Amino acid sequence: MYNSPYLRQNTSVRRVMVTVLVAMLPAIAVQVWLFGIGLLLQIALASATALACEAAMLSMRRRPVARALGDGSALVTAWLIAVCLPPLLPWWMIVIGTSFAIIIGKHLYGGLGQNPFNPAMLAYCVLIISFPALMSQWPGLQGSDPATQLHWVLGGERALDAVTGATPLDALRTGLLGNADVSAVMQSAAFGHVAGAGWEWVALAWGAGGLLLLALRIITWHIPVAFLGAMALVSGVAWLIDPSHYASPAFHLLAGGTMLGAFFIATDPVSGATTPRGKLIFAAGIALIAWLIRAFGAYPDGIAFAVLLLNICVPLIDIKTQPPVFGHKVEPPDGGAR
Amino acid sequence: MLSKLFSFNGGVKPDPNKSLSTREPIARLALPPQLVIPLHQHIGGTPRPLVHVGDKVLRGQRIGAADGNVSSAVHAPTSGHVVAIEPRPMPHASGLSSPAVVIEPDGLDAAIEREPFDWHAAAPGEIRDFLRDAGVVGLGGAVFPSHLKLNPGKSGHTDTLVINGAECEPFITCDDMLMRAEPENILRGALIMQRMLAAKQVLVALEDNKPEAAAALKAAAQSLGHASLEVVVVPTRYPAGGAKQLIRVLTGIEVPHGSRSTDYGVQCFNVATALAVWRALEHGEPLTRRIVTVTGNVERPRNFDVAIGTPISHLFAAAGLKPDTDKLIMGGPMMGIPLPNIDAPVVKATNCLLASSPALFAPPEPELPCIRCGECARACPADLQPFELYWHSRARNFGRAQEYKLFDCIECGCCAYVCPSHIPLVDYYRYAKSEIWARERDKDAADSARERFEFRNWRADREKEEKAAKLAARNAAKPAVKPTDGSAPAADVAPSAGDDPMKALIEAAMARARAQKEAVAAKNTDALTPAQQAQIDAAEERRKRASELSGSNAPAE
Repeated sequence: MYNSPYLRQNTSVRRVMVTVLVAMLPAIAVQVWLFGIGLLLQIALASATALACEAAMLSMRRRPVARALGDGSALVTAWLIAVCLPPLLPWWMIVIGTSFAIIIGKHLYGGLGQNPFNPAMLAYCVLIISFPALMSQWPGLQGSDPATQLHWVLGGERALDAVTGATPLDALRTGLLGNADVSAVMQSAAFGHVAGAGWEWVALAWGAGGLLLLALRIITWHIPVAFLGAMALVSGVAWLIDPSHYASPAFHLLAGGTMLGAFFIATDPVSGATTPRGKLIFAAGIALIAWLIRAFGAYPDGIAFAVLLLNICVPLIDIKTQPPVFGHKVEPPDGGAR
Repeated sequence: MLSKLFSFNGGVKPDPNKSLSTREPIARLALPPQLVIPLHQHIGGTPRPLVHVGDKVLRGQRIGAADGNVSSAVHAPTSGHVVAIEPRPMPHASGLSSPAVVIEPDGLDAAIEREPFDWHAAAPGEIRDFLRDAGVVGLGGAVFPSHLKLNPGKSGHTDTLVINGAECEPFITCDDMLMRAEPENILRGALIMQRMLAAKQVLVALEDNKPEAAAALKAAAQSLGHASLEVVVVPTRYPAGGAKQLIRVLTGIEVPHGSRSTDYGVQCFNVATALAVWRALEHGEPLTRRIVTVTGNVERPRNFDVAIGTPISHLFAAAGLKPDTDKLIMGGPMMGIPLPNIDAPVVKATNCLLASSPALFAPPEPELPCIRCGECARACPADLQPFELYWHSRARNFGRAQEYKLFDCIECGCCAYVCPSHIPLVDYYRYAKSEIWARERDKDAADSARERFEFRNWRADREKEEKAAKLAARNAAKPAVKPTDGSAPAADVAPSAGDDPMKALIEAAMARARAQKEAVAAKNTDALTPAQQAQIDAAEERRKRASELSGSNAPAE
C-alpha cells in the first residue's frame, strides 16, 4: 500500500547524472582536440576506479550495489576529476585521486547525498598538494602522437619537458613574480586572444555545456551568474586600479577552471548551498576566494580550494538564507497580534 | 474587471487526463438496494441519530441532527426503512468503521413536506442555522460546515468572495461538468453567499483547461447581470485550485497557515457548495446527492449524480471496472486516499473515484538517497524547502521539522511528483505530523494525569493537616482552662504583698501578667513535635492562600 501522489514525473537520479555527462562532452571534445587523447585514457581510468571503489564500498556498507552503481553519480565524479587533471599524468595519480574522492570523500561520509565536500575537488586538492610538480605539467598545444601519450600515461619513462608547458595562469603568475607586467607576460605564445591559447575554447565549451544544463533545468541560474559575476567584479576592480599587475576580467573568466567551476563544480547540489539566496552567496564566495588565490596565493588557480572552503560554510549559509514560507512573507493585517 | 492576476510559486503540470470523463453528460445513478449514510461526513461533531431501526423515512428527512454549531445535519436521500444503525466501513485509508444509518429504499421516493423558509426575509443567523440543518458542507473535499464560513465576522463585510471551480487535480471533472450543467444556479448560490458575507465582489474562478464551463458561466453571469460578479479564467497549474493558491492568484493575498481567510477579507467556496446553498434555500432541498467522477481504469468513465450513501462498488459497476485494477482511490492522483473497501459508501467528500492499474500509475520505483537537487523546493506551492523537511522528518528531528514549517505543508504532492530520487516525500511529512500530534496528545494526557495525581496528593495532605489542626485545637482548648483557674489565687494574694497601694496595684498587675503568661505556657501545643508544628504551619499557610485565591477570584466573577 502506497499513498498519494500516485502520479510521478518521468525523472530519476540516473537521468540527471547522464544529462550532466552529456553536457560535459563538448568541453571534453575540445580538450582532446587541443591536447590529445590522453584525456580519454584518464576518463577511462577514473571511471573504472570510481565504479570499482563505489561497488566495494557499497558491498562493505551492505547496500544494494547494482541500483547505486546505476545512478551514474560515481561517473560524474570520475569525469570531473579527469577533466581537471593534466592529461598526461601517470595512471596511478588519477587512480589515487579518484579512490580518495569515492572512498573518503563520499562513502565515509555516508554515500550519495551525504558528502559535505565536492568529491572531485577533494581529489584535485589531494593531488596538487601531494604532487605539485606533476600537476603543473600540462601538454602544449603542439601535442604529441597518441601512442606516445598512451606510453607516458601508462608509465613509460617520462620526457615530458619537451611537450609540457605552463598553463596561462601559471605563466602569468611566474611572469608577475619575475616583475614583468601583465601585458608583457601575455605577449608569449601561451596566450591567445584574451586568455590562454586554446584554453579560451575549452572555457567556451564548458559554458556551452553549462547552458545546456540550464536549459534542461538540471541547474538554476543562481550559481553560474553569481560565480561569473563576482569573478568579473573583483578582477575588474583590481584591473581598473592596476592593469599592469592584475589580469583583465575577460582573462579571469576564460582562464583556468572558471567556466568549469561555475557550471559544473559549484553547481554540485549535494555539497552546495540549496536556497536561492544561499546559492548566490556560495558561488560569489567561491569566485572571490579563487581570485584571491590566483592574485596573491601560492597556487596558479584556486577554484578547488575555494569550493572546499565554501562547502564548509554551506550549512550556515542554508540556515541563514531560508526563503520565507507562503503566508509568512508579510506581517498579518492585524500586526501579528494573533 | 479584475485587471491583473497574480501567481504562486512552484506547482506542476501533470497530464490533466480530464477528457476521459467529460465525453458523456452527468448520469443520474439508480438507487442501490441499500444506502449506508454515515452520520459523520464533515469536520466537527458527530450528529446524533434522529431515527430508530424500523422507522420509515422520507426523502429529505433529517436522520442525524447537528451536534452543536460546529457540525452539520445528515438526511435521507430517498424514502424507505431504517434497517440498521451501526458502525460501517468508511471511505478512508484506515478502513475503520463509523456509525451509519442504513436505509432500504422503498422505491416510492416520497419526499418529506418542506418547511417554508423565506431566506429573503430571514436574518443571516437564521439562514446559517437553516444551512446547518440542511447539511450543507464544503464539497471541494474539506467538508467544512458551510454555515460557519458564511459569516463576515467582526468587520461585518468581506472584500472578495471566491467561488472555486479551478478543479486543478488531474482526472477529476465533477465540478467542470456541474459548471457546464447548472451555471446559473451556481451563480445564484454565489449571490446568496455574497449577501450573507456582505462581499464587495464575487470572483468565480476556473482553470483555462475548461473552456466549455467558462463559456457557460460567462453566459449565465451576463444573463444574471450583476456588476460585482465576474468569471475569471486562471492558468492551469496544479495546485491552482487549492484555496490558498487560488486566493493568491486572484487577489495577491497570502493567507498563512492557521489563519482564516476572512481575516484577510476573502472567503472561498467550491462551486458545488454554492449550488447546494441555492438548492437548500430556494427549493428546501437538503444535501443528499452529489456529482462523483468515476474514471481511470474503467470501461465507461463519466460523472454520476449519486445519492450519498451509495456503495462505491455500485458506481464502479456502472462504469465497468477493468479486471487489472490494482488499487482504488477516492480523490485524484495527487492527493487522493487509497480505499481499502469497495463497499464503503459515497460521502459528501467523495468528488472522484479513480481506479488505478499498474499501466496507469506505475508502482513507485525504489527510493534513492536525496541529492538535494532542490527540484522539490522549486515545485512547492507553499514555498517550503521539502528536502529539509524530509531530512528532519527522517531523522525524527520533529522540532526542526516544525521550525521549517512542516505544518504549512498542504500535502499537495508536487515535491514527490518531481523528486528524481523517487522519495515518497509526502509520506514522510504525514508521518512527522502524526508523530507530533501523537506526542502532543501523549503530553496532554501525561499533563492531565500529573495534575490529577498532584491534586489528589494535595487533597490527601490537606485533609490530614486539617484533621491534625482540628485535633490540636481541641487538645489546646482543654489544658488552657486549668491555668486560668490557678491564676485566681495568685491575683488574690497580690494585694496583700505590700502597703503602698500603687506598689500593690503594680504587683497585682504583674502577677496577673505572670499568671496569664503561665496560662499560655501551659498550653500543650507547645509540647508538639516539630513535625506536627510544621504540619500546622503548612495548614495555616494553605488556608491563607486559599482565602487569598478566593479573594482574587471574586472580582473576576
